[in-house]
Amino acid sequence: MTSLAWLIPAALLLGGLGLAAFLWSLNARQYDDLEGAAWRALDDEPPPPQTAPRKPQG
Amino acid sequence: MAEALKRADAGSHAAKPVAPDVSSPAAINDNGPVIEHVTLAVSDMHCGACIQSVEGTLAKLPGVVSARANLAARRVSIAHEIDKLSIEDLVGALTKAGHEAAELSATPDAEAAARDGDLLKRLGVAGFAAMNVMLLSVSVWAGAASGDMEDSIQSMFHWLSALIALPAIAYSGQPFFKSAAGALRGGRLNMDVPISLGVLLATAMSLFQTMRGSHQVYFDAAITLLAFLLIGRLLDQQMRTKAAGAAANLLGFRAYFASCVHDDGRVERIAAKNLKPGMRVLTATGERIAADGVVSEGTSDIDDSLLTGETATKTATPGTRVYAGTLNLTGPLVIEATATEEGSLIAEISRLMDAAEQNRGRYMRLADRAARIYAPAVHVLGLSTFAGWLLAGYGWEPALTAAIAVLIITCPCALALAVPAVQVAASSRLFARGIILKAADGLERMSEVDTVVFDKTGTLTTGEPRLSDPTAIPDDVLARAASLASASRHPYSRAIVAEAITRGQSVEPAGNVREVPGCGLSVTTAQGEERLGSADWCGASANASTSSICYRDAQGRVTAFALHDSLREDAAAVVSRLIAGGFAVELLSGDRPQAVAEAARAAGIAAWRGGQRPDQKIERLEELKAAGRRVLMIGDGINDAPALAAAHASMSPASAADISQTTSDAIMQGKMLSGVTDALAVAKAAHKMALQNFGIAIAYNVIFVPLAMAGLVTPLIAAVAMSVSSITVTANAVRLKAMRLELKA
Repeated sequence: MTSLAWLIPAALLLGGLGLAAFLWSLNARQYDDLEGAAWRALDDEPPPPQTAPRKPQG
Repeated sequence: MAEALKRADAGSHAAKPVAPDVSSPAAINDNGPVIEHVTLAVSDMHCGACIQSVEGTLAKLPGVVSARANLAARRVSIAHEIDKLSIEDLVGALTKAGHEAAELSATPDAEAAARDGDLLKRLGVAGFAAMNVMLLSVSVWAGAASGDMEDSIQSMFHWLSALIALPAIAYSGQPFFKSAAGALRGGRLNMDVPISLGVLLATAMSLFQTMRGSHQVYFDAAITLLAFLLIGRLLDQQMRTKAAGAAANLLGFRAYFASCVHDDGRVERIAAKNLKPGMRVLTATGERIAADGVVSEGTSDIDDSLLTGETATKTATPGTRVYAGTLNLTGPLVIEATATEEGSLIAEISRLMDAAEQNRGRYMRLADRAARIYAPAVHVLGLSTFAGWLLAGYGWEPALTAAIAVLIITCPCALALAVPAVQVAASSRLFARGIILKAADGLERMSEVDTVVFDKTGTLTTGEPRLSDPTAIPDDVLARAASLASASRHPYSRAIVAEAITRGQSVEPAGNVREVPGCGLSVTTAQGEERLGSADWCGASANASTSSICYRDAQGRVTAFALHDSLREDAAAVVSRLIAGGFAVELLSGDRPQAVAEAARAAGIAAWRGGQRPDQKIERLEELKAAGRRVLMIGDGINDAPALAAAHASMSPASAADISQTTSDAIMQGKMLSGVTDALAVAKAAHKMALQNFGIAIAYNVIFVPLAMAGLVTPLIAAVAMSVSSITVTANAVRLKAMRLELKA
């Protein structure tokens, strides 16, 4: 039963990582434009340099 | 002022902005240029190539800091240096690149997007917690089944579950708790009350049992329930956000700016909503008039079909009252804006609209109507289970467990999940057909419709006149008339040019054409004066109808061109499909009875009324309502707005006046009228689907509630059964996307 001492924290940590990744992607506005993201993956051009903050206001 | 008029004559874009209207805050960097953020609607962005083209076009402009397109929202967010570029430059650049772009009139719906994000976050947390609690629960069940799990381990697992579930429930359940608290404060019951009660009771009881080291722990049931309910709420919310965004995009394409003339002759482009009485507004030829007012300079013809439904144009001279939304056709005008006067047509329309909206009352959505019966029933069942078990002599623990199981079993997932799922499937199907569903309950109201009432001008017809008897006009006369007509933006002139082009003639614009507002066009050649215009002015006999113009050649021979507003291509087909489906169809128009009769005959509508004022339209709708009919009103004009508000459900074409688009439940894009039959068919199918889902949910309740009351169902089994029923109704709703539809009243 000593294995539980590290198995359970490990399970929670992995799950927590998943949740953190989800919240990060949500805050990074990755779900704002699902259709556009699908097309952008096919774009061969290098992305234009982003000089302004990525977040549009509002 | 004369200077201003001249500039306006050169085109509507001649007026240079002095200080562009900045609807979004401009950020001032300490040492850099002033950066402004704007969002433009780009209606024809459909694929990856469009994204590249839009972003590429904008990125090439000097002064653009960044441009990011959003394909799902059909918008592009731009950051640009305010002193190098105006919003019109950005729109102009996109237009030149072949895109349809417009500034959004309202600030982007940040609040709605934030609400979506908030729900998604809560769902993420609830999902994470549900999975981890489930992980621990499965271990406990496995341990209980094999019987070799020590009590201390089981207790530890329960405490771990509590550690995960309690904060997750406190965070994820907030939308439900808040809504339930609000309802209780107002002395009402809504569906969130039993949901909150079930979740809170299950959590509190589980916590208590964990402390006592008992086996009856149901954190998993509480958190799984929340996750499912949040999915339903998120779907509902996203559908509304999407529809509101699409409607805002459409409104962005309307005239929102006016050229204001200052006392020193300076012309400034300002947002129409910022116009104040007393300001003088320059309206170029072909522009829509931005504000109600009185003409102070210039003479022109005004197309007020959007206001009154009449196709014949009117002449405006200094002193004439003109209304916002009408189209200035033949010459630039300076208008002194006035406040909307008591007793004017516009004031009458807004008064009628207010009255109609109050009269209609609040429509109660199907889910709410069901909730009204369901919520008390759930409480009574839960309470009587608890009381029954106590009376039967059991302790409070099994009694409370059974009561919680009843609350969870009866959890209104069919209402919370299935109806939004049906609506999402229906609205995405309509969206693909170019129909934007605006009102959340519009689809439900549309499903009850049995009578369809059309407006004529701009709805059943295209709103663009055409020659009614082109064969009567000889080629050479048409050619001369068209070369004169090509100098004008008047719809009649355009109809003549269009006819000449369909006959394969090459239209060469005549030189030195003089436009006489209110009369027509004239040109003086070596042979004499030629005229194209009103019958009187050309010296024709007086019996010619108003929707005709005449051409007088140099020798004084007069040819009359009869014009009529042609039907939309599929108008007759749509009407016959509606009649075949069992709908009653009527035509109510503000135009002359003669023109209305003609259109009604061509479209195949037997019941028609012409010359209807806005209040008469409402009167007719009230008559129909009194006869037990549910009316779908389809109209585009300002004069239709009160009727749109009064009808049971309403639709507008995308070319409609702002006020009509705002009022109606759905907007159809494109030149076709088939959106009406599409919307009705989808609405009827969606309604049937929602009822089916209620059927599934009721069947499930009928099976499980007696079992739960008898104490045969633990809260965990209840949660699993609830999930299965939720998945079933959602899967059922998704069928709507690909279903074959039939149209029946």
